[in-house]
Amino acid sequence: MQQRVEFHARADRALHNPQIRSNFRYAMDGLIDKRKRSFPDLDELNRLRLRCAEIRVNALSKLPELLEQLEACCTKNGIQVHWAETVGEANRIVLDIMNRHNAKLLIKGKSMVSEEMELNHYLEQQGIECLESDLGEYILQLAGEPPSHIVAPAIHKSRQQVAQLFKEKFPDIPYSDDVDRLTRNARHILRRKFYEAPVGLSGVNFAVAETGTICLVENEGNGRMCTTIPPVHIAVTGIEKVVEKLSDIPPLLSILPRSATGQHITTYFNMITSPRKPGEKDGPDEVHLVLLDNGRSRIYEDQELIATLRCIRCGACMNHCPVYTRIGGHAYGTTIPGPIGSILEPQKAGLDRYGDLPTASTLCGACGEVCPVRIPIPALLNRLRFERVRQDHTGVTRGQGSQRDPWEARIWKGWSWMHANPAIYRLGIGLAAGLRWMLPKRLGAWTRVRSAPRLAAKSLHKLAREKGLDHE
Amino acid sequence: MSLRTGFPEQPARVYFFGTCLIDLLYPEAGLAGIQLIRREGVEVIFPQNQTCCGQPAWNSGYRDEARAVASAQMACFPRDYPIVVPSGSCAGMLRHHYPELFQGTPQHKASLAFSDRIFELTEFLVQVLKISLSDVGKPVKVALHVSCSARREMGVAGDHQALLRQLKNVELVEPRRREECCGFGGTFAVKHPEISAAMVEEKATELVATGADTLVSGDCGCLMNITGHLGYRKETLQGSHIASFLWERTNAAES
Amino acid sequence: MSDARSNILARLRAGKPDMPAASEPTQIPLAGWDLHERVRQFRKKMESVRAEVHVTPRESWLALLRRLVAEKQISTLLYAPDGPLGEALFQAWESPGESPLIARSETLEEWKEELFFNVDGAITSSRWGIAETGTLVLWPTPEEPRSFSLVPPVHIAILEAGDIYNTFADLIEKEKWNQRMPTNALLISGPSKTADIEQTLAYGVHGPIELVIIVVTEEN
Repeated sequence: MQQRVEFHARADRALHNPQIRSNFRYAMDGLIDKRKRSFPDLDELNRLRLRCAEIRVNALSKLPELLEQLEACCTKNGIQVHWAETVGEANRIVLDIMNRHNAKLLIKGKSMVSEEMELNHYLEQQGIECLESDLGEYILQLAGEPPSHIVAPAIHKSRQQVAQLFKEKFPDIPYSDDVDRLTRNARHILRRKFYEAPVGLSGVNFAVAETGTICLVENEGNGRMCTTIPPVHIAVTGIEKVVEKLSDIPPLLSILPRSATGQHITTYFNMITSPRKPGEKDGPDEVHLVLLDNGRSRIYEDQELIATLRCIRCGACMNHCPVYTRIGGHAYGTTIPGPIGSILEPQKAGLDRYGDLPTASTLCGACGEVCPVRIPIPALLNRLRFERVRQDHTGVTRGQGSQRDPWEARIWKGWSWMHANPAIYRLGIGLAAGLRWMLPKRLGAWTRVRSAPRLAAKSLHKLAREKGLDHE
Repeated sequence: MSLRTGFPEQPARVYFFGTCLIDLLYPEAGLAGIQLIRREGVEVIFPQNQTCCGQPAWNSGYRDEARAVASAQMACFPRDYPIVVPSGSCAGMLRHHYPELFQGTPQHKASLAFSDRIFELTEFLVQVLKISLSDVGKPVKVALHVSCSARREMGVAGDHQALLRQLKNVELVEPRRREECCGFGGTFAVKHPEISAAMVEEKATELVATGADTLVSGDCGCLMNITGHLGYRKETLQGSHIASFLWERTNAAES
Repeated sequence: MSDARSNILARLRAGKPDMPAASEPTQIPLAGWDLHERVRQFRKKMESVRAEVHVTPRESWLALLRRLVAEKQISTLLYAPDGPLGEALFQAWESPGESPLIARSETLEEWKEELFFNVDGAITSSRWGIAETGTLVLWPTPEEPRSFSLVPPVHIAILEAGDIYNTFADLIEKEKWNQRMPTNALLISGPSKTADIEQTLAYGVHGPIELVIIVVTEEN
């Protein structure tokens, strides 16, 4: 119940914040339009979506074998592979590597898994500084806020808000709300950090089992910096990010940036297969790959819900979600917001914790329509609505049945009984029509912004009967 | 979930599934739908035992309760006539979700055969009856709102448009962000009233901005939501179910 | 940690759901352009992301380079003397006094400060190009390390027109990447950029602010 109150309170706050509303509306309109323009050929888009879904389904169908193959190839190439069942274990692995190198500064590229791990918070408690280097993430770190979008983390902030933040944190740099100027200032500040940092951390977009290759998609170059300049590189990933073959990569690379931001390709696609080899002049001497489970293997067990794990984190579902557009990413209270977050996070953390999220959708279908790997998000939202109130305790989803409210359950029982018994139904609507003058003018929250619907004097059942349409 | 690709020849008779919202709030839309079909020489049967497709319970996670209601509906339409539904949302439930609802039950096969007979009204008028309409109404500007299920689950947005375009005195407009949901979402509007309100406010604003005289939609859920808000705002824009609108525009006797 | 490994794998094996058998993969039509069209597409796509592209016959690329370096006032241009362009570049500037070229054969750690703060630009070869997306493909080597194309504010890349493939899929397959992945393979499509503030594009956030590509052709 606590979470319910929180979600509603946060959503409500966002709804009444005109800055949030206009920032998201503007940004989402732009992203929707850019995506649309990047797929001028709908037949190509459909084929590409089919192909990418096949690639992800194939990878999931062989997941344990591919993880072993990935590990074997990485190890052979000199990449050290670590396995973590929980966020705590993954954090510990990163800390151990830091400690082994006596490293006090970690420079980070964009990684949603590290957000999931709350790695910054953990390492800072151990006296290690974590510095985000993706511009959006860096802005949020300065502001002390979590990301509100997985691709464009600072999308809720306006230029002026960013400028104000820079002024507070760096009083020596002259104030400017010019985007180029702000970007140049960030370059200047972070360059020094790339230069100094002993360890760099990145996420992983795809891990290729066949070759043991870590693939990173990015525009800024901070990902390349984090994986090239510091002597140690740590990549963290969920276990589901593996694909079987190198030839699986081009279709995924073709659909990911277009779905995310409408770019035909990102500036950099960085494929890392080993640490610095003898004779090479740069690149990290050590590369570590941390494979995190954190509930994913449980999602894996369900034939339908496994589709959640296909996600390639493009963010198109949130860009197209009318609910996300209204309330923004922070309202969800999860690492990953929006439609994919509303199916993923309750499965990972439990429906007892995030049981409200599957209901925060009109099931309009926009998310499923744009998903590049064809995750049937609306169907999975519906499935989790079932899981949150089911009583038989036979499924695998954590927190199953936790949102069942006896009062609500009784209403549905009654509703079902009435609609499964035609005579009762007809009696009911007959009575309602006869007594419609008694109906209240106010119907709770509905009439706060709407006039009350008016019952018709005669139901269609009655009209049809009068017209003799009820028999052949 | 796949969209229909081929369509049958015009049948001699069809069943009509009126939907609970139409039954209670917009019966004239149901009747108009029936009359449109009958005018094309097809007999229409309205089984009295029908109630609701069960979608409210299905979308709320109460699957046993939804299944009980769905079973009762399937029993109402025993012969193999097509079943016409004047709602994209209810048609989507009957066509796509009944087989999911009955998955693993003895009724699964029956649900597949049943779902195959479901046609959304505008789809049926355009694709099966190949209806041709002649407009007898005065010039009017109409804003179309296609429900999300009509657009995405049933793929009939084009049929909505095709019908309205046949009316020579109708200027058809669509609002900005026409593909965005109006915020109804069934029980969503009850569980998350504030978000739903924010959505319907924007939808109504875009519809009013078209300068249309009439709002037409094929789904009573959206209509109830949007016109409810328009009424609350005391806007002059009036809403009409597409069946009512088509019938009024083309029935010389009543116009 | 081996516990975590075996626990995760055991759970995945135990829980593995029934998956539909793999069907024939959906075919995606690939572009089949000729050389001329490949160059045109490459250029169009690269220019759309604000890279500077020059297409020039073999005999004049050095003159072009000299002009560009002068125009951009690049006073220190990092190059690889033992790389594929080393010799040609070395001879490109007549008097050593005029030459902007600098070479460093040490490891990164030994001259990091200079690389980060005192180099105007770097010039590298390119292994391949991709027409469809307007992409340079680099497989950095000991002679031409990966930081050349990353750290200095200007990156000049020389690309042989004949090395441009239609698509990434085509390139991977024909060059058998899966049998010989290098330490680091890079696809570069434009200068470094960000849109993290109000979705407004800004260039040169961390990597090169300018990407200049000279496509060398055999025809006049």
